[in-house]
Amino acid sequence: MKTGQNVVIKGTKDGLTLQLNDKCAYNELIEELVEKLDTVTNDGQDALITVTVQTGNRYVTEEDKEVLKNVIRKRQHLVVEDIKSNVITLDEAVRWKEEEEIVSYAGRIRSGQVLEVPGNLLLVGDVNPGGTIKAGGSIYVMGALKGVAHAGCYGNDRAVIAAAKMMPTQLRISNHLTRSPDRYDEEEITESECAFINEADQLVIDRLQVLKYLRPDISTFKGGF
Amino acid sequence: MGEAIVITSGKGGVGKTTTTANLGTALALQEKKVCLIDTDIGLRNLDVVMGLENRIIYDLVDVVEGRCKTHQALVKDKRFNDLLYLLPAAQTTDKSAVTPEQMKKLIEELKQDYDYILIDCPAGIEQGYKNAVAGADHAIVVTTPEKSAVRDADRVIGLLEKEEGMAPPKLVVNRIRSHMVREGDMLDVDEVASHLSIELIGIVADDDEVIKSSHNGEPVAHNPNNQASIAYRNIARRILGESVPLQQPDQQQETIFTKFKRFIGISR
Repeated sequence: MKTGQNVVIKGTKDGLTLQLNDKCAYNELIEELVEKLDTVTNDGQDALITVTVQTGNRYVTEEDKEVLKNVIRKRQHLVVEDIKSNVITLDEAVRWKEEEEIVSYAGRIRSGQVLEVPGNLLLVGDVNPGGTIKAGGSIYVMGALKGVAHAGCYGNDRAVIAAAKMMPTQLRISNHLTRSPDRYDEEEITESECAFINEADQLVIDRLQVLKYLRPDISTFKGGF
Repeated sequence: MGEAIVITSGKGGVGKTTTTANLGTALALQEKKVCLIDTDIGLRNLDVVMGLENRIIYDLVDVVEGRCKTHQALVKDKRFNDLLYLLPAAQTTDKSAVTPEQMKKLIEELKQDYDYILIDCPAGIEQGYKNAVAGADHAIVVTTPEKSAVRDADRVIGLLEKEEGMAPPKLVVNRIRSHMVREGDMLDVDEVASHLSIELIGIVADDDEVIKSSHNGEPVAHNPNNQASIAYRNIARRILGESVPLQQPDQQQETIFTKFKRFIGISR
């Protein structure tokens, strides 16, 4: 009944690669996989072999992934390192895009207002005291930040907060928090500043220029000029 | 067809009721037909400031519940010839006695007969605020140059900007003490205005006469020589569309005597 091989096993220097056919039925595939793995004999070696699974153009749900992993793990010397697929769902794609993109908003965030975006936020305007801006990624404010800003609010320590006039009541990055000095002298703040989490795991504020070296991934521009 | 203007602030005690009473008086002095509505149900006091407390027969809740006709509840200000009326709030119930829809309907009805309807909003942003804002076309935000009042005004402006069919709110900075501003102990008008970034429509100095006049039930705007009165009258003229330059309180106070003192260098 079977037309050709549904499972191809290849050995590389990093371990085994299982290439799974993406056209056949899933239960057929699992059956053949069990069969093939049973024929692989353990040569008495105790060393673990890492396995990378490639599912091609087949979408594999989290449940299916568990089934696959269980089948492979039953062979005691095999460890699943990764399951790679060429396809993701629309939801995942949308989430990915949202997390990566920069959402801009022009206006003033007033006391009591909360602006939240899943990705990076570019605010063209001020945040007044009592106002809050939140972003899953980084926050860039082209005005005075006098309220609360929370970057990386779903737990991204690499996120940064940059503002033309940094005089916040509170800054948060991921689960780190810092509050302002009790008094600001507005005239003293002449330079753009940025906040980030440093190597010592502390939230610090520094000149904007240091970002280029600390978070090179902020630049998405490719090529030279 | 008249215009409905809500006077609000968020924080209490900044002068919403005083501003409503004085703007109403100043507009009536300009021969406009004005109706004041007190929406502070349960804590009414616009009637006291206007000196009309003893003439109240029906109130706002009576009107919306149909116990009387609208015109029966309106209290006429005798100092004007058929120009200034007050619709008082009920004192015996609370804010939930009226809904925003009822307020909208009532204000639509009053707009037919009056040039201006000034709505005195209660402090806070709950039911009473929602009622007061519901029927309004314009909003005036009153604040004092204190951080707490400015913070609350900012919050209210944010809410007002979300209201549908409402023109951008305008700002009145009330109770300025020029000597404290000069010493740097109080925010100055420019700071307040740039922080809130809405159009400034009036600057009113802190004046003993204002307190005295509400004590006597006669709004200060009746007095042609008082600085606060002039400030209120100027706001009324700006509402009417005249362009009147804004004056800082210390400029308003300037007399020949202070000019002379400054000239010889003993005063700033």
